[in-house]
Amino acid sequence: MSTPAHTDLPMPQDLPMPQSGTAFVPTNDEAQTAKEYTSDQEVRWCPGCGDYAVLKAVQSFLPTLGLRRENIVFVSGIGCSSRFPYYLDTYGMHSIHGRAPAIATGIATAREDLSVFVVTGDGDALSIGGNHLIHALRRNVNMTILLFNNRIYGLTKGQYSPTSETGKVTKSTPMGSVDHPFNPVSLALGAEATFVARTIDSDRKHLTAVLEAAAAHRGTSLVEIYQNCPIFNDGAFDAIKGPDKADAVIPLIHGEPITYGALLEDGRGSKAVVRDNGGVRIAPTLDVDPGDVLVHDAQDPDPSTAFAISRLTDAGYLNQTPIGIFRQVERATYDDQARAQLATARGGVSDADPQARLAALIGGGDTWTVI
Amino acid sequence: MTKQIKQLDRVIIRFAGDSGDGMQLTGDRFTSQSAAFGNDLATFPNFPAEIRAPQGTLPGVSSFQVHFADHDILTPGDRPDVLVAMNPAALRANVGDLPRGAQIIVDTHDFTKRNLAKAGYTVSPLEDDSLAEFAVHRVDLTGMTVEAVQEFGLSRKDASRAKNMFALGLLSWMYGRPTETTEAFLSKRFAKVPAIRDANITAFRTGWNFGETTEAFAVQYEIKPAPMAPGTYRNITGNLALAYGLVAGGVTSGLPLFLGTYPITPASDILHELSKHKAFGVTTFQAEDEISGIGAAIGASFVGNLGITSTSGPGIALKSESIGLAVMTELPLVVVNVQRGGPSTGLPTKTEQSDLLQALFGRNGEAPVPVIAPSSPGDCFDAALEAVRIAVTYRTPVMLLSDGYLANGSEPWRIPEVADLPAIDPAFATTPNHEVEGGEPDFWPYLRDAETLARPWAVPGTPGLEHRIGGLEKGDGHGNISYDPANHEFMVSTRAAKIAAIADSLPPLEVDDPTAADGDGAKVLVIGWGSTYGPIGAGVRRVRRVGGKVAQVHLRHINPLPKELGEILSRYDKILVPEMNSGQLRMLLRAEFLVDAIGYNQVNGMPIKAADLAEAIGDLVASTERSHP
Ligand SMILES: Cc1ncc(C[n+]2csc(CCOP(=O)(O)OP(=O)(O)O)c2C)c(N)n1
Ligand code: SF4
Ligand SMILES: [Mg+2]
Repeated sequence: MSTPAHTDLPMPQDLPMPQSGTAFVPTNDEAQTAKEYTSDQEVRWCPGCGDYAVLKAVQSFLPTLGLRRENIVFVSGIGCSSRFPYYLDTYGMHSIHGRAPAIATGIATAREDLSVFVVTGDGDALSIGGNHLIHALRRNVNMTILLFNNRIYGLTKGQYSPTSETGKVTKSTPMGSVDHPFNPVSLALGAEATFVARTIDSDRKHLTAVLEAAAAHRGTSLVEIYQNCPIFNDGAFDAIKGPDKADAVIPLIHGEPITYGALLEDGRGSKAVVRDNGGVRIAPTLDVDPGDVLVHDAQDPDPSTAFAISRLTDAGYLNQTPIGIFRQVERATYDDQARAQLATARGGVSDADPQARLAALIGGGDTWTVI
Repeated sequence: MTKQIKQLDRVIIRFAGDSGDGMQLTGDRFTSQSAAFGNDLATFPNFPAEIRAPQGTLPGVSSFQVHFADHDILTPGDRPDVLVAMNPAALRANVGDLPRGAQIIVDTHDFTKRNLAKAGYTVSPLEDDSLAEFAVHRVDLTGMTVEAVQEFGLSRKDASRAKNMFALGLLSWMYGRPTETTEAFLSKRFAKVPAIRDANITAFRTGWNFGETTEAFAVQYEIKPAPMAPGTYRNITGNLALAYGLVAGGVTSGLPLFLGTYPITPASDILHELSKHKAFGVTTFQAEDEISGIGAAIGASFVGNLGITSTSGPGIALKSESIGLAVMTELPLVVVNVQRGGPSTGLPTKTEQSDLLQALFGRNGEAPVPVIAPSSPGDCFDAALEAVRIAVTYRTPVMLLSDGYLANGSEPWRIPEVADLPAIDPAFATTPNHEVEGGEPDFWPYLRDAETLARPWAVPGTPGLEHRIGGLEKGDGHGNISYDPANHEFMVSTRAAKIAAIADSLPPLEVDDPTAADGDGAKVLVIGWGSTYGPIGAGVRRVRRVGGKVAQVHLRHINPLPKELGEILSRYDKILVPEMNSGQLRMLLRAEFLVDAIGYNQVNGMPIKAADLAEAIGDLVASTERSHP
């Protein structure tokens, strides 16, 4: 079992957006505590499960939003991670397998005064719920999706998932899986998600910083959280948590050249990300002109470079993976626009007498009167 | 020339042509004119699933039947008195439905060798004696139309498109229909293209004048207006009435509506209509699939909107897991199923009632859902309002079963007074309903109302009532996850009892048995549900007209069934259940009441014919009177 340890990942920056994701959510001036956000239900994950660390981080993070607790809603699907809402003293719905983004779309569209979170797993979000996920991302509905990626089906006891590496031996794949895995970040960028980030269960500081940026983003924020399942997929993320993690984690910071690995004297990492034939590749930092090291631009309207960076994640054992905010751009949200259409349609129409308007509606068209 | 005028009490006309010939529009216009004139009427559009099947072929034939009368009628009629056939395929596809002596008006222009061959005719039916038993009017509708609209400089193709308006004009003359509504309609519809507007209006007038002047049509018919209850009327289709009923439910409950849906025939018009009513606070969400549509609606209900989802049978199949979630979370939700022919993709544009058992039982687990059905196009309004009432009052998904026949068919509808519509109280929870040990106030989401057994509806944004719901079994009262066996058993029976309790709120079930009061009631009861109301009513009338004694009951509520139903059924020797399925209500009645219900079943995608049903009822009445004198 890997012990949760803080990496020394540099903090991603929360880039200011014109309007916050919580712009219309009523605030609470009084200081809140993690305890207030903790429900009376006993947490029932396996000992050592990465979900505990995320729950603790979220319970500590929510009070810092300064929102009214009754205006926060957590929706989840089915899976170990999807039990999450029961442990938070907010409004919540533990729904059905894969459908949380659809339910959250209704919630976020119906009410601008709610802060909406979705909790989902790699199976929940990418297998059964893949369709809802990509459509939520393309519509850009104002919600924050926490995708707990343990690269396994936990709740059903250990079948391979759409993020398991090819060749994985599980109960359902005794000869090794022949499925090619999804890279959730690539998938989200392909769906033109406006906020895409990746973080790690055991790195409370980085996780919290990403959550802050995600909640502040107006639109759909997808946060992939690498989450260890000590029971069915232990050590899946050891490469990025162990002693050699500096060689595996590629930290992304907006506006900074992307380097990682053992530090050089000038403070840069010994490996650098450079452009290559339309994509990107890794090169020894000292071999490239400093001007050629790719500077991370999370606000690039074109997702191509972010996508290229996401491809640096190796699909098997995670020897190398970018962590941080890949993309954070502004685009009108579905729910804001849907509400604006309602407002436009109502423009000038008095709300005072819906009965009279109903009478006019049903009494319209070609009518005749019988006396 | 002076024309003979003949009085008729009712007429059935069928307009038939190629899918591109505008027959639906023609039928619609004739219907509007008849409505404006004051006849009672009923319509039946019938069209292929393909938008434009190959031109001139049998699969491409589209038709619109309208039945209008000087008295109250219940169906669009079985057999047309008049068939307008725009091409050989339209003639061939419909001639089999005509009674001896019917009139046929054909557009001779389209009876070319090629078109005849496409319709499968080797010899033109206009030249042999195959139509000898009908009165055939051979009219060059296309030719005369093209000539009449020459001055507007349209291409020959565009000019000939107006032939449907020529036909409408001719029929309007034959039956003395008022023409103002159609001229106003055409002016508006084609306002942006004056040449087309003028061509259509001219074709319409020329058709009328042709009827008046030609010797080919010697008789004009008169069908007096039908006496109707005082009020303001409009002609309305089922889908429109259903959408209006939902909007009305939003107004009477004060709840914003949220429709989450995915397009599917024949339900899409409900989405189209509701998307126009944003000013009423109606949000419409065209989702990526049916599951997302209902999911979003459930989410909206969770936060205090009234969630609605609309679809047809295949969509219900996809939604069933989500309906179960709404049953478990006990949230208000209206699920509209505009049924069509099944299974699978089935017959998208045809009608059927074959989703009843799916509605009642098509979910995993013990998942009771109220099921209600409208009986006519106009009744879709009331049924939708009733669905909203039950969903909101009892915090439950409600299945509203319309069908293709109701959805697209139309009838005159007396516009209700908005002030008379009953208010619906969402009764949101705003305060804690429970105390934890030590006296701290708390909120229990599954602490029920003693009478309705409904749980409190506390929406996000309400301080102090934060709670979690979900699909896992709930502990009674507190609503936390519970795997306790006794609790599960209790919750299963409580959910069932809540739905059963809806029966307490229903008006008494009406039995139509005219001679019962004299102690000489019928021995045969005909019972139906949904859109068979018209054909059953018409069939029953026919039997009574020739002296047969027969009782009729029609169900709006199929779950829960009205409380009196068992006793009513026990009064009759024979029970006949006509349905457009293989016997689904019959199976339910047998299972619930141990009665020997007999089926009259038709599953051909078409409404039941009143005449055929009357014969079956008549036979049953005769044999029952013989054996149980
Ligand atoms: C419709 C449906 N199909 C299958 C299941 C069974 N099931 C529950 S959770 C799950 C997979 C969960 O995997 P993941 O989303 O990765 O969550 P984890 O348990 O790993 O957190 C499956 C297949 C279900 N609950 N519902
Ligand atoms: S099975 Fe794995 S993911 Fe599920 S609770 Fe246990 S450790 Fe966590
Ligand atoms: Mg998983």
